[in-house]
Amino acid sequence: MSEEHLAVRRIREGTVIDHVAPGTALRVLSALGVTGQDGHIVTIAMNVPSDKLSKKDIVKIENRFLRADETNKIALISPSATVNIIRNFKVVEKRNVDLPEVLEGVFHCPNPTCISNSSEPLTPLLTVVSRSPPKLRCKYCTRVFKLEDLL
Amino acid sequence: MTNPFFNRDVISIREFSKSDLEYLFKTADQIQTLQPNRRSSLADGRLLGVMFFEPSTRTRLSFEAAMLSIGGQTISIIEPKTSSTEKGENLHDTVKTVESYVDLIVLRHRMEGAARYAAQVAEKPVINGGSGSEEHPTQAMLDIYTILKERGTISDLKIALVGDLKYGRTVYSLLYGLANFNPRVFLVSPPELRLREEALSDLEGKINLSQHTDLEEIVSDLDVIYMTRIQKERFPDLVEYEKVRGTYVIDNQLLSKGREDLMVLHPLPRTTEIKPEVDSTPHAKYFNQTIYGKTVRAALISLILNKEI
Repeated sequence: MSEEHLAVRRIREGTVIDHVAPGTALRVLSALGVTGQDGHIVTIAMNVPSDKLSKKDIVKIENRFLRADETNKIALISPSATVNIIRNFKVVEKRNVDLPEVLEGVFHCPNPTCISNSSEPLTPLLTVVSRSPPKLRCKYCTRVFKLEDLL
Repeated sequence: MTNPFFNRDVISIREFSKSDLEYLFKTADQIQTLQPNRRSSLADGRLLGVMFFEPSTRTRLSFEAAMLSIGGQTISIIEPKTSSTEKGENLHDTVKTVESYVDLIVLRHRMEGAARYAAQVAEKPVINGGSGSEEHPTQAMLDIYTILKERGTISDLKIALVGDLKYGRTVYSLLYGLANFNPRVFLVSPPELRLREEALSDLEGKINLSQHTDLEEIVSDLDVIYMTRIQKERFPDLVEYEKVRGTYVIDNQLLSKGREDLMVLHPLPRTTEIKPEVDSTPHAKYFNQTIYGKTVRAALISLILNKEI
């Protein structure tokens, strides 16, 4: 068993986010809204040695299966991340994360006086204007935000 | 040239090119020369829905006066407390209701993006009459028209935008509009009220800008001072407002250091930032703006409602 597998135990059911950029695992959890309050086991390893990245973080969330729109949030924080869906200890789905041009309904606009933060029946929409460093523009108020503004 | 405004929303001035704006200004000139019966046929039988959820004197009255001057009529929500908004009705439903009665809507709202959202909801054209601290495109149209009428050109003019550059929606629309006309722009504000970062980034390479804190230092170079009110209502923290209020005041002493033909503009309302003594000098053009405003808005409404004039 390799050193990295020893770092975090295998899970029966849930999502393993691998190859997370080193030092960003806590941001990934924040973006996913994982607080630990729901009682699911969450394991993170940070700065684990990796052949591919030299160092990486790993996030394991038991009994939660990450949807594609949630994956988009991870793409913004760590484009190198891979998402593995685990059922009965086996990887049943493996996907790379892919940052789309438009993030619809993923993040709320951080501007408190943007119409998208009122009680109107609308879906927040942010357009990626820069990938490195990530910057996004709100469709409604047109302000531009850095990643840390969104998390 | 085909009418670029026909049946279109007017949400941001960025959606219009230099030639679009010139087309509008040419129409504004042309409308004033029309025979009264021809002019009053431009919006005959048409209705403008005026939805103002923030206080206004000039914008609302000039839209209404403009619509009446071209033969149209208006219906209004000018006090949200007297509409179903007070009962909790959202903007979506209010816009859907108003648009069923009218041909065109003008909306003012305290939230940024409100006009863009209303345009998304409505099938009828929507004009942004001011959306939070985001934009006020028709104010910029009339500001640019005023400079052109008074000076004949904008290219190479030295224009200072002074005061609240962070929250002032007229400033953003004016800068985006001016970027089409190649002026030299001086941004003068306290450090706390500098232009927002995204606008500086959006305008990079499109307009010649520099940032300053001292108006007196540059006044002798200027052709135009565009003064703005430091807007108490936009400050999240009133302590911050108290720190910057009264930072810039235009009076005859300051203007004596400027050129003879230096123009002072202001989107109004003013509070203490331009002393009344300036009103009677040839520098004061802020009341001319209100006259040009009606003309430009009449032209804009005419162009939205009619494919050809």
